[in-house]
Amino acid sequence: MIGGHLPALQVVVPLLAAPLMLLVRRGIFAWLLAVAVSWTALAIALALAFTVRESGPISYAIGNWPPPWGIEYRVDALNSFVLVLVSLVAAIVAPYARASVAAELPRDQHYLFFTMYSLCLAGLLGITITGDAFNLFVFLEISSLSTYVLIALGRNRRALLAAYQYLVLGTIGATFYIIGVGLLYLMTGTLNLADLAQRLREVHEIRPVLAALAFITAGVGLKLALFPLHFWLPNAYTYAPSAITAFLAASATKVSVYVLLRFYFLVFGVPLVFGRLAMAEVLIALSVIAVVSASLVAVFQRDLKRMFAYSSVAQIGYVTLGMGLANQAGLTGAVVHLFNHGLTKGAIFLLLGGVALRVGATGLQRVAGLGRTMPLTSFGIVLGGMSLIGIPGTAGFISKWHLVLGAIEHGYWSLVALIVASSLIALAYVWRFVETAYFRVPESSAATRNEAPASMLIPAWIMVGGCVYFGIDTGYVLDGARHAVEFLLGGVR
Amino acid sequence: MSAEGLIVAALGVPALGALAIAACGRRPDLRETVTLATATGLLWCVLSLLGPVLGGAQPQLSLVEMLPGIAISFRIEPLGMLFALVASTLWIVNSLYSIGYMRANREPRQTRFYVCFALALACTIGIAFSANLLTLYLFYEALTLITYPLVTHHGGEEARRGGRLYLGVLLGTSIVLLLPAIVITWSVAGTLEFARGGILGGGLSNAAMGGLLALYMFGIGKAALMPFHRWLPAAMVAPTPVSALLHAVAVVKAGVFSVVKVIVYVFGVDRIAGLASVDWLPVVAGFTIIAASIVALRADNLKRRLAYSTVSQLSYVVLSASLLAPLSIMGAALHIAAHAVSKITLFFAAGAIYTASHKTEVSQLDGIGRRMPWTMGAFAVGAMSLIGVPPAVGFVSKWFIFQGAAASGHHLLMVVLGVSALLNAAYFLPILYAAFFRLPPEGAAHGEAPLPMVLALCATAALTVGLFFYPQIPLALARQLAGI
Repeated sequence: MIGGHLPALQVVVPLLAAPLMLLVRRGIFAWLLAVAVSWTALAIALALAFTVRESGPISYAIGNWPPPWGIEYRVDALNSFVLVLVSLVAAIVAPYARASVAAELPRDQHYLFFTMYSLCLAGLLGITITGDAFNLFVFLEISSLSTYVLIALGRNRRALLAAYQYLVLGTIGATFYIIGVGLLYLMTGTLNLADLAQRLREVHEIRPVLAALAFITAGVGLKLALFPLHFWLPNAYTYAPSAITAFLAASATKVSVYVLLRFYFLVFGVPLVFGRLAMAEVLIALSVIAVVSASLVAVFQRDLKRMFAYSSVAQIGYVTLGMGLANQAGLTGAVVHLFNHGLTKGAIFLLLGGVALRVGATGLQRVAGLGRTMPLTSFGIVLGGMSLIGIPGTAGFISKWHLVLGAIEHGYWSLVALIVASSLIALAYVWRFVETAYFRVPESSAATRNEAPASMLIPAWIMVGGCVYFGIDTGYVLDGARHAVEFLLGGVR
Repeated sequence: MSAEGLIVAALGVPALGALAIAACGRRPDLRETVTLATATGLLWCVLSLLGPVLGGAQPQLSLVEMLPGIAISFRIEPLGMLFALVASTLWIVNSLYSIGYMRANREPRQTRFYVCFALALACTIGIAFSANLLTLYLFYEALTLITYPLVTHHGGEEARRGGRLYLGVLLGTSIVLLLPAIVITWSVAGTLEFARGGILGGGLSNAAMGGLLALYMFGIGKAALMPFHRWLPAAMVAPTPVSALLHAVAVVKAGVFSVVKVIVYVFGVDRIAGLASVDWLPVVAGFTIIAASIVALRADNLKRRLAYSTVSQLSYVVLSASLLAPLSIMGAALHIAAHAVSKITLFFAAGAIYTASHKTEVSQLDGIGRRMPWTMGAFAVGAMSLIGVPPAVGFVSKWFIFQGAAASGHHLLMVVLGVSALLNAAYFLPILYAAFFRLPPEGAAHGEAPLPMVLALCATAALTVGLFFYPQIPLALARQLAGI
C-alpha cells in the first residue's frame, strides 16, 4: 500500500524529521536521523524514477483532492531525474556532515544544523515534485529560509552578511516568482502546472502572460544565479559551512534550473518562449557572458571556495546555454550538466571542507604543498577540476560534447569557439590550484601527512569516482536525460 | 589467448604494472624489476597480436558506450600495430636506460616517475589500437595529462614554466581545435569509426573539407606542426629518459600517428586527393621542416637541438601523408618507426653524456668521442639515419617519401627534402666532428656512462642499422596500410 504514497513520502519524510530533531535536541541523534532520512529519500527517488521509466508519469493527489482543484504531485521523466540528483547529493553529504559540522559549529548548534538541513532537503524535493505553482512557492520559501539559516551558521562572521545578502535577493526572487504566478492565476484561474499549460493556450490577452514570464524568469533567475543575478552566490558559497556549500552547489541551483525548464517548456511552451519572444537569444547571450566573465573572475580569486563558487556561476551558464539552444543535443547537454556539474562541484566542495578542517582555511596561499600533506584530497580536487575543464573520461566532457553538438546543429560557430575557449579558462584556474598544491613548499616546516578523516574522504571520493565513472559509462545518466528532454520537447500536450 | 583478451592485456598490463610499481615504491630493486617485467609483458602481448595482423586480420574489441552510438572500442589495423610495436619495443630498452640514468643522477621521486611512465605507455597503446576518433581523443588527452608530472619532474621554476607551455599548447589545441573537429565529423558523418576510404562522404563542401582538415592538423598539437611546436622544446626540462621515449617516440608519434589516421581513415586519401582546399598542408609541413632545422642549427643546448630536429622530422611524416600517394603513405608509416629508433638513440646518447660528464651544450663536446666511444658511436649511427645515409633505417623511409613526392609530381617538395637533408647534416656533423676530431679539454676525466645506459643506446643503434637490412615487418605493415 505504501508504494502508492511514495510521491508524498518523498517530501513528508524529511519534512517530519525536522521537528523531531528539534524536539530531541541531540546532535548525534539529529545526524543519524538526517542520514536515515536522506538515504530513504534517495531510495524513494530511485523507486519513483524506475516506476516512471516503466509506466509513465505518476500523478498523486494530496489528500485525495483531484487536480486541478487539489494539490497534485506529479513525477515525470524530467523531475524524477532531478529528484534522484538532489537526494543522491543529500545522501552523500549527510554522512560527511558530522565531522565537518563538529569542527565548524559549536556543539549546541549541531541539532539545529541538521534540522535546517532536513528542511532544506524537504523544500528542494518539494519544489521538484510538486505540480502546483503555489505549492512550489511554499517549498521555495521553505528551502530558502532554511538555506539562509544554514549559511549564517558559517563560522566566519561574514557568513552573516552573506546570508543577509542572499536573504534580501532571495526574497526579491521569491516575490517576483509569486507575482508571476499571480498574473497567471489571473488569466487562467488555475495553479496546477499542467492545467495552466492547457489554459494558457486559450488565453488571447497575451500581455499579462508575457509579464508573468518576465517576473518568473527574473525570480527564478535570481535563485539559480543566472548572470547578472548571481551576486549573492560567491559570498554565500564562500562563507557557508563546508557541508552546506557542497550541498547547495550540487542541488539548490540545479532545482531552480529545473523550475525554469519546466515553466519555459511545459507551461509557457516553446512557441511562446522561443518563437514569439527571443528568449533563446537572451539566454544564450547571458550564458555566454556568465561563462566567460565568471571563469575569468575565478582565475583571479585568492580563496579556493570563492574560486570554485565563481566557477559555479560559469558552469550554470553552460546549463542555461543548453537551454537557450533548445534543441535535442543542447537540452541533453543542459540536463546532463545539471547532474554532472552537481556531482563535480559537490565533490570539490566536499574535499575543500577537508582542507578547511585540516589547514584551517581555503586561501590559495595556505594550500601550498597540499599535494604532499593531503595527497588524496588534492588529487580528488584535480580530478574534479578535470571534469570542470571537460577532459574526456570525466563527466564534464559528456556535457560539453552535447553543448558543442547543439551549437553546431544551429550553425552557431562563434558559440562553438566560445564554449571550447572557455574550457581553457577553466584550465587556467584549475592549474593555479595544481601549481600551488604540487609545486610550492608548505608554509609551515611541519609538512607531515595530515589527510582529512575517512568519514569525510569517503563521501567526497564517492563523488569524485562518480565524476570519472559517469564520464565513461554514461548509459544511465544519458538515458535519463534523453527521456527528460524528449518529455520537454514533447511540450504541451 | 583470444585476440580480445590480448587487446585487454595490452592495455591492462601497463596499467596494472603501474599499480604494482606504486606498491613496491619503497624497494627500488623490486620496483625496477616490475617495470622491466611489465614492459616485457606488454611487448609479448603486442607480438602475439602481430601475427594475425600481418595475416590481414583486424582484431577488435568494444567496451562501454561513452556517448550514444559511440563506444570506447579498439581495432588493430596495420598502422596502429606498427606504432604499438615501436612503442612497446623501445619501452623495454628505455626502462633499462632509465634505471641507469635515474640511479646515476640520484633523481628524486623515482616511483612516481616509473608509475607515470607505465601509465603513459598504457595511453599510447590505447591511442594505437583505437577504433574510433572518440577513443583516440580519450587516450590522447590522457597521455598529455599523465606526462605532465614527468615533464615537471624536477619541480623547480623552470619545470613549472615548461609544464605550463606543454599543457597549454597541447590541451589548448586539442580542446579548441580537435574537439570541435571531432564533433563536426560526428554531426556530418554520423559515425566516428575509422574506415578505409574515409567516413565524411559528400557531406561537406570542398572548402569546408579544407577547414576541417586544418582543425585536425593544428588540433593534433602533438604532431608539432608550426606554429604549435613550442611545447616540444619546453618539454625538454624533463629527465632525459622522458625526452627519449615520450618526446621522441610515444607522445610525438601519437601526434603524427593521429595525423596519418585522420588523413587515411577519416578523410580518405581518394576523397581529398586533388582538392585545392587541402593544398596548404604540404606547404605548412615543408615550412616546418626547414624552419625547425634552421632553429636546430642555432641551438647550442644538445637536447634543444634534438627537440627541434624532432619537430622537423615529425613534419616529414605529415608532409608525406599529405602527398596522398600510396608510396608516400608508406613512407609516412615507415618514418614513424625510423625516426623513433634513431631519435631515441640520440637522446640516449645526450643523457649518457650528461650523466657521465654533466655537459649539456654542444660547444662543450670537444673530444668527448674519445672518452665515450660507444655513446658517440651510437650517436653517429642515429645522426646518419636522420640525415638519410645508408645503412640506416632513415634511408628506407626517406626513399619512399622521395618516391611518393616524385610520383605525385611535387618537385618543389623534393627540393625541400633535399635541403632538409643538408640542414640535418649541418646540425649533426659538427657535433660528430667536435666529438671525434677535436682534442678534449684538460682535466675532466670521465669514462662511459653506467652500463645499463650504454647497453640501451647500443641496442637502439643496432636496431637502427638492423632495420635497414631487415625492414620486412614495418614494410609489410606499411604496405597493408597503403593498400599496395
